[in-house]
Amino acid sequence: MLGDGILKGMAETARNFFGSYISKERLTTVEYPEHRIPTAENARVFPFLVYDGADGEAGLRCVACQICEKECPPKCIYIDKSTDKKPDYVGKPQFYPARFDIDISVCMSCQICVEVCPFEAIKMDTQFELATTDRFGGLLYDRKELARSNEYYHSIHPTEATEVDARLAEEKAKVEARAKAAAEAAAAKAAAASAAPPAKTEGGS
Amino acid sequence: MIATSAAANPFFMNLDQIFVLLRNWLVGFLPVALRPAAGVVLAVIAIVCVFPGLFALTTVFERKGLGRIQNRLGPNRVGPFGFFQPIADGIKSLTKEDIVPFSANAVVHFLAPLVLVVTVFMGFAVLPMGRNMVLVDMDSGLLFFFAMGAATELSVFMAGWSSRNKYSVLGAMRAVAQMISYEVVLLLSSVAVVMITGSLSLPRIVEAQNQYSGIFPHWYIFTPWGLAAFLMYAIAATAETNRSPFDLPEGESELVAGYHTEYSGFKFALFFLGEYLAMFSISGLGATLFLGGWSAPFSFLQFVPSWIWFFGKVMLSIFVFIWMRGTLPRLRQDQLMNFAWKFVLPFTLLNLLVTALWRFMGEGWQRWVVCTIILAAAYIVMGRLGMSGRHIGRRSYRYAE
Amino acid sequence: MNAMFYLLAAITLAGGLATVLLKHLVHSALAVTVAFAGLALMFLQLDAQFAGFAQILVYIGAVAILIVFAILLTRGADLPKHGVFSRTWPLGLVIAAGVFAVLGWAVISSAGAIPQQNASPSVTVHDIGIALVGRYVLPLEILALLLTAATIGAVIVAMHEKERPGS
Repeated sequence: MLGDGILKGMAETARNFFGSYISKERLTTVEYPEHRIPTAENARVFPFLVYDGADGEAGLRCVACQICEKECPPKCIYIDKSTDKKPDYVGKPQFYPARFDIDISVCMSCQICVEVCPFEAIKMDTQFELATTDRFGGLLYDRKELARSNEYYHSIHPTEATEVDARLAEEKAKVEARAKAAAEAAAAKAAAASAAPPAKTEGGS
Repeated sequence: MIATSAAANPFFMNLDQIFVLLRNWLVGFLPVALRPAAGVVLAVIAIVCVFPGLFALTTVFERKGLGRIQNRLGPNRVGPFGFFQPIADGIKSLTKEDIVPFSANAVVHFLAPLVLVVTVFMGFAVLPMGRNMVLVDMDSGLLFFFAMGAATELSVFMAGWSSRNKYSVLGAMRAVAQMISYEVVLLLSSVAVVMITGSLSLPRIVEAQNQYSGIFPHWYIFTPWGLAAFLMYAIAATAETNRSPFDLPEGESELVAGYHTEYSGFKFALFFLGEYLAMFSISGLGATLFLGGWSAPFSFLQFVPSWIWFFGKVMLSIFVFIWMRGTLPRLRQDQLMNFAWKFVLPFTLLNLLVTALWRFMGEGWQRWVVCTIILAAAYIVMGRLGMSGRHIGRRSYRYAE
Repeated sequence: MNAMFYLLAAITLAGGLATVLLKHLVHSALAVTVAFAGLALMFLQLDAQFAGFAQILVYIGAVAILIVFAILLTRGADLPKHGVFSRTWPLGLVIAAGVFAVLGWAVISSAGAIPQQNASPSVTVHDIGIALVGRYVLPLEILALLLTAATIGAVIVAMHEKERPGS
């Protein structure tokens, strides 16, 4: 019959109208900025640098290998390598970035820098309320602004962070095991070397 | 006929006539010669204040209502629950720059919103808003109302043409074509009411519906021909005021803004005001003709003042307008015109015939049965025939298969 | 012949003059609408309510719209290049004066035939209705036939125009 589609439609809209006062799923609007929807765990906005421990400069994981600078498609990362070295998380002396700038007005959040970093040093942040009145300087983040602690990384990406920590600990354990084995082999060789000549001298005299 | 004891209570009678008494008291301060003119002026001031106030309220209701229908909140920042939003809108439209295009026809461009608002306000002069509350009791009040509605189309055309903008002209042509097609339907569905009542005067039409058999009123919508006429009237009223689903002339995604593209600031606010006032006056007329005007729905509710019933019916119609807007997609121009000439108009003409049959069959249950059967059968048959020719079957592709 | 009559007559005459004197066609169409409105108000002033409102409804609501549609859909609103007055305007003036003289004589000579009435007879819509289906039913039916013929003719003319590009 002509018009029954309209009546069904009107019933549906009426249900929407009255339902929006009762159930949350009929009124999906969130009144930002008083209420916020929590971001998903793998949300990504702009990168940040991870540091372990409490000191932002000493514990920085980044070794200034400049892979992310080369891989970044819009070339928004600018790195200056340092001239001296400092030990990293396994104890090996590494370079560190004297300057690490990201221009977030250029960054397109593609996450390629995160994917290629071999040191788990750069990760994606989830903060998006970054509006500023300074169009040029305010959107250029330097190393101090980009450094965030590992605890912060745990708080925004818990699953990822635990995974990364496990991997790093594994690496560290492997390196330590190798170092111990090497130390033991060296000690054994030294012991053998020190044991052998005295044995030889003993055998000689 | 105030038969029940509750309504005969002097308190309720005074409440019912409170505006009339207020006007008489205010006018009593003046000398006798000036009293009629002063009374008319006071009533005009009341109309000019009340209906734009209702318009402001309706804009908020519409935005919040549409929002809730569309799973979102409406405006809710200005004032409690957003109800001061019209004040913000008013300030915005008053302070916006009034841009008149360089090659536009300045005089006609200026006059178009004025003509619209003036003719729409004139339409309120004949609506009976309560017992004894009609501004001018004319013998041919209904004809006056439709005459003012006809002049509205001229202002739409003036607006569109004077802007010298192809979107405006297109929008104006479409709007005028739509309005004249549905004006015929509007008139013919009202003629059915006039046939039964025997008078063109709106207060008399309300009086004829203000009778009760038992507790049920004699409103015309409760008769088969009245229901059919009311449905056609509602469709025509939606098309006359360019409301969804007939709002192609002002659809934002189609024609920028149609005939009011080149209007900004207060002139745009006047167009907006004119459109909503036209909605109020057409709802008021629909309430008067079919829903019994200021009469109460049940005989035991007659103690409630008559003007509350009238405005309640008008606001209910506005709510239905908003509901339809949130539900239906826009009709295309040719679908609109097809609908008017191939379905609505023949059905309305048949309804006239059925009304005459109703009148001359006399009282009794036979006329109810006969009229209902004729109208239902015609609706079903015409619904299939008149709108066929649009076979929506499986889509067939010329090259893909 | 009170002040209101003079005012309304002035409005009607101004509208009529503007119609023929304005250069732009759409302006002339709007000016003729003003003349129609003046006529309608004169009917209302003479207490002929039905005639007045029917004038507004039909002339302003339909005929004026028809005129502007016709202007816009045919030639458009271009300004005429060589003025609106034709070169044979003295002959036109003579003919117009002749028509005016005949009409004026007819009106003045008939004014004496109508008895002076202080109160004009009020013709209600009811009376008009009764007259239409009683005494004047034959002209009414002939009018209906004429309207039907005009509608069918319009449909045929419009349909023919649509078929021509295809055939």
